[in-house]
Amino acid sequence: MNEVNDSSRVALSDSLRVGTLGLRTRKTRTLLTALGIAIGIAAMISVLGITSSSDAQLQAELDALGPNLLEITPGDSFTRSEVVFPPHVSDLVQRIGTVESSTAVSQVEAAVRRTEFIPEQQTGGMSVLAVEPEVFPMVDAVLSSGVFLDSSSVMVPRAVLGAKAAERLGINSSLDSPQVYIDGTYFTVVGILEPAPLAPNVDRAAMIGNEIATELYDSELDPSLVYARVSDDLLDDQRRLDETRSVIAATVLPDAPTEVSVSRPSELLAARSSTQDAFTGLLLGLGAVALLVGGVGIANVMVISVIERRTEIGLRRALGALRGHIRFQFVCESALLAALGGLGGVLLGAMITFGYAQSQGWVISIPASSLGAGFLLAVAIGSIAGLYPAARAARLDPAEAVRPRV
Amino acid sequence: MTEEENPVVMELAEVCKSYPGNPPVEALRGINLVVRRGELLALVGTSGSGKSTMLNIMGALDRPTSGKLCVDGQDLNNFSDRELATLRGSRIGFIFQQFHLVAGLSVLENVSTGLLYQGVNRPLRVQEATQLLNRVGLGDRMTHLPHELSGGQQQRVAIARALMGDPAIVLADEPTGNLDSETSEEIMDLIHQLNEGGSTIVVVTHDGELAQSLPGVVTLLDGVVKSDSRTQ
Repeated sequence: MNEVNDSSRVALSDSLRVGTLGLRTRKTRTLLTALGIAIGIAAMISVLGITSSSDAQLQAELDALGPNLLEITPGDSFTRSEVVFPPHVSDLVQRIGTVESSTAVSQVEAAVRRTEFIPEQQTGGMSVLAVEPEVFPMVDAVLSSGVFLDSSSVMVPRAVLGAKAAERLGINSSLDSPQVYIDGTYFTVVGILEPAPLAPNVDRAAMIGNEIATELYDSELDPSLVYARVSDDLLDDQRRLDETRSVIAATVLPDAPTEVSVSRPSELLAARSSTQDAFTGLLLGLGAVALLVGGVGIANVMVISVIERRTEIGLRRALGALRGHIRFQFVCESALLAALGGLGGVLLGAMITFGYAQSQGWVISIPASSLGAGFLLAVAIGSIAGLYPAARAARLDPAEAVRPRV
Repeated sequence: MTEEENPVVMELAEVCKSYPGNPPVEALRGINLVVRRGELLALVGTSGSGKSTMLNIMGALDRPTSGKLCVDGQDLNNFSDRELATLRGSRIGFIFQQFHLVAGLSVLENVSTGLLYQGVNRPLRVQEATQLLNRVGLGDRMTHLPHELSGGQQQRVAIARALMGDPAIVLADEPTGNLDSETSEEIMDLIHQLNEGGSTIVVVTHDGELAQSLPGVVTLLDGVVKSDSRTQ
């Protein structure tokens, strides 16, 4: 007569409709449970996004400065006072084959003040540097106002202020030709620089020409710092870069090359960023814990849902649902619940990143892969969390489940 | 008896069911019963007579410990759990005392769930559900949610759901147990109507009076058939 066919298939659209039933009928519970997952995902996305934005910002800074800048200073603090570079050190460095250009700056034993009436002790951590005009392109300095020193202004009392120095002196524009007092002479400020995060020496300095410095303060300037640009093709080859560093050290102080420190500011920045990585890992771990808690929350809510919906499950079994149908219904519901949370978390995380990067003035960078991965992770957690409740639902004895209850 | 002419839709032969325990509980002790197409039969008994167990076995929700159950001539002892589920969905309709409508699903959705697991596509399910709802007099309540209906209306929805896919047999477990007497009468009238329309219906009840109003009455007592009005 009537053959019983075992191909009891339910269309995916129907399955999904059934899978959303519990979510639609218990909206508050759905939202609260999804929130748990959303918080976890948002935490992870924003940690990744903020790290990525911070890296993007760092990269932008490195690109601005150029990764081929070397900073050559007299050794460590232990012997610093005894180490003195020869006067024409930058010419020596310039002669090395792999060095493209170099310029020296010298610390001037003088204090910069707004006026002569301010006590000399109040230097505010500022220094006076005697420089060549080449120093500005060398450190990729950017003007916030005015002009750089040039070959003529280095001979007269003209100064360019670093960003911090200008701020401490209370000068924010060179338009009305403000003056600063440097040990007996007033200098006209012709230019103010933007902050240069990779050249803190420049940030805190009032820069004057070598010539005027020699004339006014110190007939024999001792270079305290040499900037050098090496050829770009060295950057991919750590061994040749190290070689060049040794050659520079040996050239600058042939008697004591170990007293010379040849550092790469971009490396220092990169190192600073890598210490952040450890911190990022910790925060990601916290996000993962939040996500785990969210997953447990989903499992918990799904178990309750299965208990509450015993008769519905029994009814569906009576209407011909296979165990697999019931299992799929609840895994589906659980996964959709988590997907909802995942979606919310991705949006929230992106917003947090956006807001934070914006407030820091960073380049905004949210890795698209982290958004996709965050969402998929949520769905995966939801599916796993749903497995046990779904198995319980599928195991229910249909005869027991439809029995009338008083 | 005119029913003798009609084919057998369900047959129980020496069906026993015992539940584990010490001593084991013997709920059914050798039941023999034949249901023919087009019958309207009452299965009556006091609580503890085994009628719930009987209903579970007839509905293929549970398996007998021994004995044989045939639906449409097929011996269900050879069926896997999957096959039993599919048979329930396609050949057996259920009406419950507590209606068991799914909250959150509209009346139309509830009825069309009756064929959800048979792989019938949605437009066809909705079409059949619409016809059946019109037949039980709820054509104007399709989009309502179960809690917006009266008890009698809810039971009508459940009846329409049981009829989806034209099952060989409809099992009604105390269909009027949750209804007042007036509504009960309406529901029993509907059941009579459907039977006249060709449906085979077994009403399980403890209500002797209700049972006597049906053409056939099978009385259970302590797990055996005590009397069968059709063979007397």
